[in-house]
Amino acid sequence: MSIYTLGIDIGSTASKCVMLKDGKEIVAKSLIAVGAGTSGPQRAIAEVLEKAGKTEADMAYTLATGYGRNSLEDIADHQMSELSCHAKGATFLFPDVHTVIDIGGQDVKVLQIDNGVMTNFVMNDKCAAGTGRFLDVMARVLEVKVEDLGTLGSQSTKYVGISSTCTVFAESEVISQLSMETNKCDIINGIHHSVANRVAGLAHRVGVRDQVVMTGGVAQNIGIVNALQEQLGHTIHTSPLTQYNGALGAALFAYQKYLKEQKG
Amino acid sequence: MAKEVSPGVKALRKVVDDVHADARRAHAEGKLVGWSSSKFPCELAAAFDLDVMYPENQAAGIAANRDGEIMCQAAEDLGFDNDICGYARISLAYAAGKRASRKFDPETLEYIINPNSGKPLKDENGNVVIDPETGKPKKDPKTQVPYTVLDDIFEIEALPETTEKEIAYKNFRREAIKPYRQMRIPQPDFVLCCNNICNCMTKWYENIARMCNIPLIMIDIPYNNTVEVHDTNVAYVRAQFDQAIKELEKLTGKKFDQEKFDQACANANRTASAWLRVCDYLQYKPAPYSGFDLFNHMADIVTARAKPQAAEAFELLEKDLEKAIKEGTSTTPFPEKYRVMFEGIPCWPKLPNLFKPLKANGVNVTAVVYAPAFGFVYNGLDEMARAYYKAPNSVCIEQGVDWREGICRDNKVDGVLVHYNRSCKPWSGYMAEMQRRFTKDLGVPCAGFDGDQADPRNFNEAQYETRVQGLVEAMEANQAAKEGAEK
Repeated sequence: MSIYTLGIDIGSTASKCVMLKDGKEIVAKSLIAVGAGTSGPQRAIAEVLEKAGKTEADMAYTLATGYGRNSLEDIADHQMSELSCHAKGATFLFPDVHTVIDIGGQDVKVLQIDNGVMTNFVMNDKCAAGTGRFLDVMARVLEVKVEDLGTLGSQSTKYVGISSTCTVFAESEVISQLSMETNKCDIINGIHHSVANRVAGLAHRVGVRDQVVMTGGVAQNIGIVNALQEQLGHTIHTSPLTQYNGALGAALFAYQKYLKEQKG
Repeated sequence: MAKEVSPGVKALRKVVDDVHADARRAHAEGKLVGWSSSKFPCELAAAFDLDVMYPENQAAGIAANRDGEIMCQAAEDLGFDNDICGYARISLAYAAGKRASRKFDPETLEYIINPNSGKPLKDENGNVVIDPETGKPKKDPKTQVPYTVLDDIFEIEALPETTEKEIAYKNFRREAIKPYRQMRIPQPDFVLCCNNICNCMTKWYENIARMCNIPLIMIDIPYNNTVEVHDTNVAYVRAQFDQAIKELEKLTGKKFDQEKFDQACANANRTASAWLRVCDYLQYKPAPYSGFDLFNHMADIVTARAKPQAAEAFELLEKDLEKAIKEGTSTTPFPEKYRVMFEGIPCWPKLPNLFKPLKANGVNVTAVVYAPAFGFVYNGLDEMARAYYKAPNSVCIEQGVDWREGICRDNKVDGVLVHYNRSCKPWSGYMAEMQRRFTKDLGVPCAGFDGDQADPRNFNEAQYETRVQGLVEAMEANQAAKEGAEK
């Protein structure tokens, strides 16, 4: 009989679920673009169960992670930090990973991985610069969709520096560039480099070793990935499952916990 | 049930109470009372029988009593920047006469209770009583307290005392100032500053001296970029000791008393030795107490190091700990699963929040960096100068790493929890590099979190909990990997 486990990652801006069969095969996944404190978690859970044609009762073990993990005590058998779950997910996707850079909605984390386990980590301080929220703010000012930033930035022909670290001040810088009629693509490229600078600083704190894997929604932005590769001098690997990486790690841990409980 | 307090802890509490009571008495009798930085050579003040209060210790107490924010804001209103150390802001506000006080009705002279304060009301079965109207837990009226407001001691003292009503009002307003000892220390007649512990200290004390128009006696300790203290540096500090003695002679009108000074040095050495032995009890596994207890005993090592009572109290605590080891008991209210070094000063206003996830995960703090910071023993003035040259923020990174890694090894830690303290940039600044070295040299994971020693606005509980959970998971994985390798 197959064993189904569910990983739920409730972030600050999105709710993600991954259902695994026997700890290795992804059966279904879901993503709702609102996170902790909203209807997102329940909707994401309902969607993943529906896609797989399963019920909550079919889940051998459910594990919650992310900023809103503690709000799912009724559903989840266990909660773990998103740090370990991202490490786990990245190791599943890239077995030789040693460094994971995850840029989420309001957190940036850099994880050091040895033999598949997280041995050290650093996170951003209280400032949201360099996070997904930073890019949301910039996209709004530039009147473009956040998901289009990567493509637009790649059309840049001229470097425009956005030097401010602070989101609010960087927003003013962008506004001032817009008022000077600077090409939006160049501004976006500048924003990507600004994020990369900030994240690289954090990554150097914990140390960067190959393979470097980037996870989280921001890893879908090719402009940021390229700028960060340039900054770090390392190839960065990403996966189409990047946004689901935390939930995938949670589902893997869920399977591990299930096996441990069965043993005894 | 109230937690049983050991004889040593009781004695230590009395020592600090007495230091405060003595200073208040001295002030009432018109004697000089000074304020001193925590690692100014207290032996010098003791040679002149001077009563001294310690603003760092005071600010920690005010912050732990949840009045850090109102006092920090008061300092900011006076023009001090939000980026300055929280202890300095609290102390500067206090020196300017600002006090955290209880709100009252000036007509009825009755306190105005804050309805949001207090602990939840429990029924006879210990269950929380829910208010049917709001659906929220009811508050136990016995634990409710008045609103906190800011008052000004100089404004109070300037009030008229002509009519009975005026006298009653003035007295009530005096009484309304929060009653805990740190909010009741006398204003200073002089300040003693040694910037070995922090460089912000220099401007902080200069400001107090200017505000209160009082003498400042300064001992400058430059940052030491070598592990050893050079002889020229010792000569520089020795000369300043001599100058400080001259200034104290002028201030008190007394001659320097060599005998009293020698006795104070002997007392300080005895206290420091006992303190170090107490610190060493954290090496036991499981530890008979927690590093958080050491934080509480900091008050004694700071305020009473040169007093025989402090040495006696630490020696008594040592006996308590010896007994605890024999009986296998601990003051830590949970089984010790992991042992960590807590780096930096705690977030005093958020101690329960700091403790909560540690307790939930069985994490005991078995190492703190205060042991070497205050546990120094010396013989003669040259060694004394060398000892005062070494404080957490005045030594080079090699020395700092060496101190910490020594404690981590001796106290057998599984991980390091680093407080990136907004109030203490020099201390926090080199932590990123230290974390790297701890992981490389000791093979333990480290986690950093943002906070502040006194200003609660700089701490986020959710972020802290995630980092602690991450650290615990990394320690768990590390242990599993080590066990796997052993097999």
